[in-house]
Amino acid sequence: MKETKTFTTPQLTTLVVLRFLIGWHLLYEGFSKVLIPNWSSLEVLQESKWILAGFARYILAHDNLLNVVDFLNTWGLIAIGLGLIFGLFTRLASISGALLLLLYYLNNPPFIGLEYLVPTEGNYLVVSKTLIESVALVVLAVFPTSSIFGLDIFIEKYKNLRNNRKE
Amino acid sequence: MAQDKEKTIKPEEKNEPAPKTANKRRTLIKALAGIPVLGLFAYKLAAKTRYDLEKKNRVLKELDLQNIEAPVILPSSGAKGKLLRIGIIGFGVRAVAHANGLGYIHPNDVEKRKKNDTLEDWLAQEDLNVAITGICDVFDLHAENGLATARNPVRAGGAKTPDIPVERYRTYQEMLDDKNIDAVMIATPDHHHAPISVAAARVGKHVYCEKSIALNEEELNDAYVAVKNSGIVFQLGHQITQSVIFKQTKDIIKKDILGKITLVETTTNRNSADGAWIRHLDANGNPKPGDEKSIDWPQWLGSTPVVPFTTNRYYNWQKFFAYETGMIGQLFTHEFDAVNQLLRIGIPKAVVSSGGIYYWKDDRDMPDTLHCVFEYPDRDMTLLYSATLANSRSRGRVFMGREAFMEMGSSISITADAESIRYKKQIEAGLIDQSGPMVSFNPTLGKIDAVSSATEKYFAARGLTTTTINGRAIDVTHLHIKEWIDCIRKGGTPSANIERAFEEGIACLMAHRSYLEHRRIEWDPVNKKIV
Repeated sequence: MKETKTFTTPQLTTLVVLRFLIGWHLLYEGFSKVLIPNWSSLEVLQESKWILAGFARYILAHDNLLNVVDFLNTWGLIAIGLGLIFGLFTRLASISGALLLLLYYLNNPPFIGLEYLVPTEGNYLVVSKTLIESVALVVLAVFPTSSIFGLDIFIEKYKNLRNNRKE
Repeated sequence: MAQDKEKTIKPEEKNEPAPKTANKRRTLIKALAGIPVLGLFAYKLAAKTRYDLEKKNRVLKELDLQNIEAPVILPSSGAKGKLLRIGIIGFGVRAVAHANGLGYIHPNDVEKRKKNDTLEDWLAQEDLNVAITGICDVFDLHAENGLATARNPVRAGGAKTPDIPVERYRTYQEMLDDKNIDAVMIATPDHHHAPISVAAARVGKHVYCEKSIALNEEELNDAYVAVKNSGIVFQLGHQITQSVIFKQTKDIIKKDILGKITLVETTTNRNSADGAWIRHLDANGNPKPGDEKSIDWPQWLGSTPVVPFTTNRYYNWQKFFAYETGMIGQLFTHEFDAVNQLLRIGIPKAVVSSGGIYYWKDDRDMPDTLHCVFEYPDRDMTLLYSATLANSRSRGRVFMGREAFMEMGSSISITADAESIRYKKQIEAGLIDQSGPMVSFNPTLGKIDAVSSATEKYFAARGLTTTTINGRAIDVTHLHIKEWIDCIRKGGTPSANIERAFEEGIACLMAHRSYLEHRRIEWDPVNKKIV
């Protein structure tokens, strides 16, 4: 059976706006890393606490691995940002974005007892904006809008065409 | 909500015939909804990039520093020429760095460098066309390390280890008598520096000597006269001038960006047993190797008072004034050199030192907390050295001017003073942000440093280990040795020459005497004497 989703106009509008905003944010996060000369995840990884600290240390101990992480980080953010804005492969973009943000969150979660050298721009206890943005991306994955507003319309059409042929 | 039109995606419905073209167009517009958003993003991104660049360029232009980030091109060394044959006197920790700088490495260190990811940068180091042909050390183990290093076929710069014998000399006199040695590098404990330098200069062998050059005025004068009369190339082991940062700092000083500099604060901030020169035990707490059988103790003592051999004295000689001058000789010498190379302050008019042994209460003479104030009334300037071995809060090396202050270590940052007159307008206009640095250079940004111990980190932070040129970490000791060798081959005077060494020697001896004698020490420039 084909899945049918129904949104009211306000629902659809807010979901698409949310998609654009998060897409814009992640796209700029990616581009800013391209634009800063010698940018590296080095400092963020050095600050890593809690369950991912060991993993971060492992990356830091291997220069080449750090380069890979830097590359994936930068271009991953750009790809996810473009996916969300264009509405192309949006489910994939939303889920990978949510996972990436969750990874950032888990690297320095604002838990009691974990203290960081770099001050945050707000005050957080357990929940941070990164976590919220991650969950917002899950929301976007659960309520997809890209086959109404976005290039996924064409993907969907292509899929239907192929399915129809099979039938 | 009832009046809200319901939007449905029913792919089946989309193929419905009625108003087909209008529907298609609407679908296309919806599909491309992201384009205007991306367009706006691209427009804003371009504007932001332009703004950042303009702001940076305006600050740099305002300060006349546009060329500061120009790529550094290292002049190639005279590697062609004749092979230079070098003898190393004293093959301890520092000599390992010298050998590495010359392009030689101990087989065990190849593995170590592989592990901490520094082998590649080292292998890329330029070949200086030198051979280590002589090793002299009173300790058999160290001498053997030296021989293994000199003979190791693994070389930097793709060089081949020359096929000439490497000899171990029992005494430095034997090495100096050998016609097959062109130059010597002295990395012994400090009490041997001056006598060996003098003897080497007298037989016309070029000298690269570790700091400090001398333990008293007489030794210093002897070394100065001997080097001056010999025509040899003398270089003191102060590699900091070779850092890229240093060249940029020179430009900043020349362009008077800081305004009138009246106070320079230099510091030492260490807080570990190793940093306090307690180094006679290995990682498991056992004494390090060496006894009277394997160490020629009388030769090690030289002309210093006869005392029984202990591993403590052998490995931790820095603690005792018989062999050096404490933090003044071990660490402040680097600070003095950095300031002197930049500002050419020379010998101070007077020095006052004060301090004590407040934390490391062992058998040491060396104070672990020390303050030295160097007065330069002719320059309207004071140089301060504030040192502790019992707290590691980083206090940097700061040049304080009327308009701005500059911190200089492995990076530089210049911050405008809140009360600056010159930058007042720019601060008010928001062009210069007074709360943070207005200009900063960090060539090592994003590069992992391979330094591990607290002591190593201390030296790295002060710009004494590597400098980053075009993304590659280059050992500053190598560059300093290269400068010395280039001068030997092509003529010229290296940066840490005997004049600078003399100025530094006097300044340090004044500070040391002030600490010992509890009084203000002055320099008599007419009779060239400390009074």
